[in-house]
Amino acid sequence: MEPITTHTGTGVPLRQSNVDTDQIIPAVFLKRITKTGFEDALFYAWRKNPDFVLNQEAYKNGTVLVAGPDFGTGSSREHAVWALRDYGFKVVISSRFADIFYSNSAKQGLLAAKVAQPDVELMWKELEKDPATEITVDLESRTLRCGTVDTTFEIDNYTRWRLMEGLDDISLTLRQDAAIGAYESTRPSLKPTTLPVKV
Amino acid sequence: MVEIASDKPLTLAEKVWRDHVVVRGKDNDGQRAPDLLYIDLHLVHEVTSPQAFEGLRLAGRPVRRPDLTIATEDHNTPTLEIDKPIADPISRIQVDTLRANCEEFGIRLHSLGDANQGIVHVVGPQLGLTQPGMTVVCGDSHTSTHGAFGSLAMGIGTSEVEHVLATQTLSLKPFKTMAVTVNGTLKPGVSSKDIILAVIAEIGTGGGQGYVLEYRGTAIEQLSMEARMTICNMSIEAGARAGMVGPDETTFDYVQGRPHAPTGEEWDTAVEYWRSLRTDEGAEFDAEVVIDADQLEPFVTWGTNPGHGVSLNDAVPQPTDFDDPVDRESAERALEYMDLEPGTRMKDIRVDTVFLGSCTNSRLEDLRKAAEIIRGRHKDPQVRMIVVPGSAQVRLEAEAEGLDQVFKDFGAEWRFAGCSMCLGMNPDQLAPGERCASTSNRNFEGRQGKGGRTHLVSPVVAAATAIRGTLSAPSDVLLPEPTPA
Repeated sequence: MEPITTHTGTGVPLRQSNVDTDQIIPAVFLKRITKTGFEDALFYAWRKNPDFVLNQEAYKNGTVLVAGPDFGTGSSREHAVWALRDYGFKVVISSRFADIFYSNSAKQGLLAAKVAQPDVELMWKELEKDPATEITVDLESRTLRCGTVDTTFEIDNYTRWRLMEGLDDISLTLRQDAAIGAYESTRPSLKPTTLPVKV
Repeated sequence: MVEIASDKPLTLAEKVWRDHVVVRGKDNDGQRAPDLLYIDLHLVHEVTSPQAFEGLRLAGRPVRRPDLTIATEDHNTPTLEIDKPIADPISRIQVDTLRANCEEFGIRLHSLGDANQGIVHVVGPQLGLTQPGMTVVCGDSHTSTHGAFGSLAMGIGTSEVEHVLATQTLSLKPFKTMAVTVNGTLKPGVSSKDIILAVIAEIGTGGGQGYVLEYRGTAIEQLSMEARMTICNMSIEAGARAGMVGPDETTFDYVQGRPHAPTGEEWDTAVEYWRSLRTDEGAEFDAEVVIDADQLEPFVTWGTNPGHGVSLNDAVPQPTDFDDPVDRESAERALEYMDLEPGTRMKDIRVDTVFLGSCTNSRLEDLRKAAEIIRGRHKDPQVRMIVVPGSAQVRLEAEAEGLDQVFKDFGAEWRFAGCSMCLGMNPDQLAPGERCASTSNRNFEGRQGKGGRTHLVSPVVAAATAIRGTLSAPSDVLLPEPTPA
């Protein structure tokens, strides 16, 4: 995973709350067995509407998505993050993220930045007034600038550290192999196992 | 639940958490890093696992505990002609990939045609693999279902699936706890589905974010395990990371005798431990919601997220009923998508399809309750009804008691097991504009098929609706027609 410290890019205003995972990527695209190439699936149904924000020339190449509250609700599909990432988004901004989406984003180096809704509203106005407005996100200082909007965003220390270091979770955990082994040796034998098949 | 001192009264969630900590998170600038938790059971299906197995293969890593891992095929599987190869080549590749991965990594798999094939969240409990006090994960958000047993059960993404396969652990940030207290007793015709739809309407789709919900109170204690699973299943629709119910005699009776349940002395030891998991007297929750079951009517959704629910006796709301401008905009958009006029009585809404199935409501009890309503009747001629049992086992049990015949005589289609029309990854989909009363869990735009319109309901409301053709409560079909005065 590529480490991130700052990102500057064009913002895309998505004036909508409850952007659920079925809208981000419909289930039909979940049949693939690859982990890349999901850019065309992003917002598949909405992109059929010529007025949809990503169909407007000015926003097409945006890298910072600015959405309403409760972004990423619904399914656990990490494909939602892959689709955003593959399209070119580096940052998603919302006042509230669904837990699983939030945790999936961090695994793929997509920064999910929590910004208070009044600031999101101000950013929407800036981006609608001038689509060329750039957004700069600084993970080190947890600050964000979008035109005249100068604000902070919320992210927990652990997620921020992992994003800035670009760390691979499994390698980190495997450093704890001895502790996992020790825990396993104390697990009660009555806990069920799936093997051998007892049916 | 940041600090867990030994002398402090604890909630159920805190106890299960405490008993699974492998490494406690270090303090990081005043915030605690995630704890590393041990995972007792990892459920796997074809959709969210291929990229995880590929990751293991590329890194040359084995599955640490194949004996704590089990797989089944559910999302892509057809519900008709299951003896033929899967027609959709992309679905077939995904299912074949799961089969190859399970073979390569030594994971037990229940394939299409096997009695234990079915929706992963129906299969775990049915085998007795889901037990109180466990940590259960799956690359599927509805893993919260297993919380009905008093286990901490969570949906995870594919990177986390790979992490659990490789390490049998998961890094988890501490949760907050919320008590959802449901007092009183449900009226006849009102089900646990109505409780959870009412809870989500009350706290919203983001109301549970960061929380583990514990459902408690007299109405919950009176529920069967199947009904508790329905409630816990939809915890995720309130944004919660998990939902739980304290294990009691109902739980133990359900688990006992199942293939993977402890036996003999181990059973007694297990039950003693399970009893100790119940929330202590005086334990504090970070938040509480109280619902009065006595006042509850059958619930139904009118919009495009599960928080858009009303009593079946109510009407489609006006967007101006919502104070928050964000909610108002969401309602306007939802009404347009659903093609509904504000003020229309919910019971005047005509549906095209009734879907009885999904990990929310496809267990034997759900099928029995729906069958009770329709027995000896015939469906509205304009409506198609599809009944999809949660697992091949449920299908066999239902057939053994003749429920398949009840559904067929009614005019419904009796199908093979799987996720089916809940999300339409197999051929079972709504056509654009088609309206469906569905016992599933999500009414998102296009969820059941592009342009499809979903109203979430309980199995008995689904049955009553299939009889009348319009959204209906069981009381609408059981009471004699009123005679003019």
